[in-house]
Amino acid sequence: MKPFYRISSRVVPLDRANVDTDAIIPKQFLKSIRRSGFGAYLFDEWRYLDRGEPDMDCSNRPLNPDFVLNKPCYFRAQILLARENFGCGSSREHAPWALEDYGFRAIIAPSFADIFYNNCFKNGILPIVLDSAVLDRLFKEAAEVGYHLHIDLDDQTITTKYGERIGFEIERSRKHRLRHGLDDIGLALQHAAEIRAYEARRREAAPWLFPEAA
Amino acid sequence: MPGKTLYDKLWDDHLVCTEPDGSALIYIDRHLLHEVTSPQAFESLRLARRRLWRPAANLATVDHNVPTIGRERGIADPVSRLQVETLDRNCAEFGILEFDMGDERQGIVHVMGPEQGATLPGMTVVCGDSHTATHGAFGALAFGIGTSEVELALATQCLAQRKAKNMLVRVEGTPGAGVTAKDLVLAIIGKIGTAGGTGYTIEFAGSAVRGLSMEGRMTLCNMAIEAGARAGLIAVDETTIQYLRGRRFAPSGELWDRAVENWRKLHSDEDAEFDAVVEIDAGAIKPQVTWGTSPEMVVPVDGRVPDPNQESDPVKRESMKRALRYMDLRPGTPISEIRIDRVFIGSCTNGRIEDLRAAAEIVKGRKVADNVTQALVVPGSGPVKQQAEQEGLHRIFLEAGFEWRDPGCSMCLAMNADRLEPGERCASTSNRNFEGRQGYGGRTHLVSPAMAAAAAVCGHFIDVRALPALPVKATNTAPQARAHTEAAGGAIAAAPQSEATDVPKSAAEPPQVRAAKTTRTRKSAKTGEQAATARRSSPARRRGPKP
Repeated sequence: MKPFYRISSRVVPLDRANVDTDAIIPKQFLKSIRRSGFGAYLFDEWRYLDRGEPDMDCSNRPLNPDFVLNKPCYFRAQILLARENFGCGSSREHAPWALEDYGFRAIIAPSFADIFYNNCFKNGILPIVLDSAVLDRLFKEAAEVGYHLHIDLDDQTITTKYGERIGFEIERSRKHRLRHGLDDIGLALQHAAEIRAYEARRREAAPWLFPEAA
Repeated sequence: MPGKTLYDKLWDDHLVCTEPDGSALIYIDRHLLHEVTSPQAFESLRLARRRLWRPAANLATVDHNVPTIGRERGIADPVSRLQVETLDRNCAEFGILEFDMGDERQGIVHVMGPEQGATLPGMTVVCGDSHTATHGAFGALAFGIGTSEVELALATQCLAQRKAKNMLVRVEGTPGAGVTAKDLVLAIIGKIGTAGGTGYTIEFAGSAVRGLSMEGRMTLCNMAIEAGARAGLIAVDETTIQYLRGRRFAPSGELWDRAVENWRKLHSDEDAEFDAVVEIDAGAIKPQVTWGTSPEMVVPVDGRVPDPNQESDPVKRESMKRALRYMDLRPGTPISEIRIDRVFIGSCTNGRIEDLRAAAEIVKGRKVADNVTQALVVPGSGPVKQQAEQEGLHRIFLEAGFEWRDPGCSMCLAMNADRLEPGERCASTSNRNFEGRQGYGGRTHLVSPAMAAAAAVCGHFIDVRALPALPVKATNTAPQARAHTEAAGGAIAAAPQSEATDVPKSAAEPPQVRAAKTTRTRKSAKTGEQAATARRSSPARRRGPKP
């Protein structure tokens, strides 16, 4: 996983509430047994005018000119502005895989669905929760040509093009993992002795949960 | 100090260790796996040369990609086939018990688990699928996870979590005739919104919840995620315990008695405090139908498609307008005037025996309407299918013109061949009405099994409570879809209904709105396979998006 320090980037305003993970990456692409290559199919049904299928070459597909991702002024943006309840629905981690593969490193929204929020951190994406009123202002500003934001994880700040600094919250352990690109399994296995001790206690109290030990 | 909620108890029981910032490692008792969200997790384990922490805690099956017809010929789509075979290989390599496509216990992971007794009260249950919330019906802490967490659970039997807040949804009163658990949960989502439960674990309580069978309770908890909550919970009672008795992975003998004694403590203390409480009057709830592209966009069947101009919040107003455009609906249209093209009965929400019984009760003696080009019944698992066939339900469906399929997720998310074509409108017992969910450009209306069955025979939505009675003596079996309120037995109690009276379908006036032009003639009773073959080549299936 890529560590996250700070980014300066253009900002894509996706002005819709309740964007679900089916919209972020439609089901037909979930048949892949790989972890990469989903970026070309990000927001497939909104981004293209035809019906996407796995392994399709997207370079010749007809683009939907009205979809915000297709506007040249937002090309190569790494920051996504979104509305309430972003990432709701299915738990598919293919959603953050697709966002990350496309190039997004941070998503700013008034709220996220829990599973999606959690999945972001496993994939080097920083989800930032801000007040709706602040978001409204950023949405307005992001319509300007050449607009960009600077996000600093160490300081936990977003700096706008006009020098305004906006602070954001993040759990300490999540920040640490994201900052260093750490693997959850390695961290959990540092507690292997505690896990074994827990299992021993549990086997005593609820032996029916360990039929294999009988 | 106040008492503990059920969620507090389950959390405390599984705490391995806590970090200074409040995040914690919690132990996972049961990990369910399917083919879609696991391959990358196994691949990473292999690359890192990691082993499973506890193979026996895992149980796998294939459901999302499997065909529901012609299974003996294998999976036609090579990409789907590879994913299914990859799970088979991974389970063999890592020593995980799997019910593969040929196993009679195969089914939708959230139907299969409880049915086998693999979900027990007091457990933590996870699966790489958001509808894992289903298992909370057993007083288990159950939630969906992403693939990285699938890998973490495989390697450590633990997950790093932060405790959620406690929400109580208390549903008091007796639901009216024809009002099911699906209607209750849709009404709850309509009230609190799809993000209303975000950050919470929802405990469902109250007399209406206690009155539900385990099947109904699973339907309720299943859709907690559609209200934004990762987990839904229901306290253990006699209904829970009776359901589990004798199931394959449930304890037996002396261990059963010890377990039951322990399970009876799995309820919130009387003086427990919740961070949020929602009160619902079950008696006021009518059968529900969604009209939009989010489960919160729902109205009672006697309602109308709402008008975005009445909405003051600009973001919501824009969502409503977009949804109406996608759904091709006009504000003010009575729900009962919306005509449908297809019907899907199944899914982890409503693919259990009681759901099929409720649908069959409506269908019995009636025929699928002419404008409905396909009506699918997809049992949630092999055992559900077997049970339904023992009760003769399949004959009722087939005689009415439904197709009777093999178990899987099917048209709930259309990863296999079962899907809507662009512009088609479906009455569906599944859980999500998102854009494209049931197929590119498809339009989904979420309803209960009884309501889906009623829509199938009328060709449009209709209040199942007002379905015109059949002539002759079949009348007394007409819409009394109250199975959900019978507390006992669940899958064990049989209500054989083998004889279908061959009476023409009801003479309900077809509505004016949204008539789909079909060239198909009236269906005769065919076997599922014949019917499917016929429909695949039917010109009615080839039509494009409607204007």
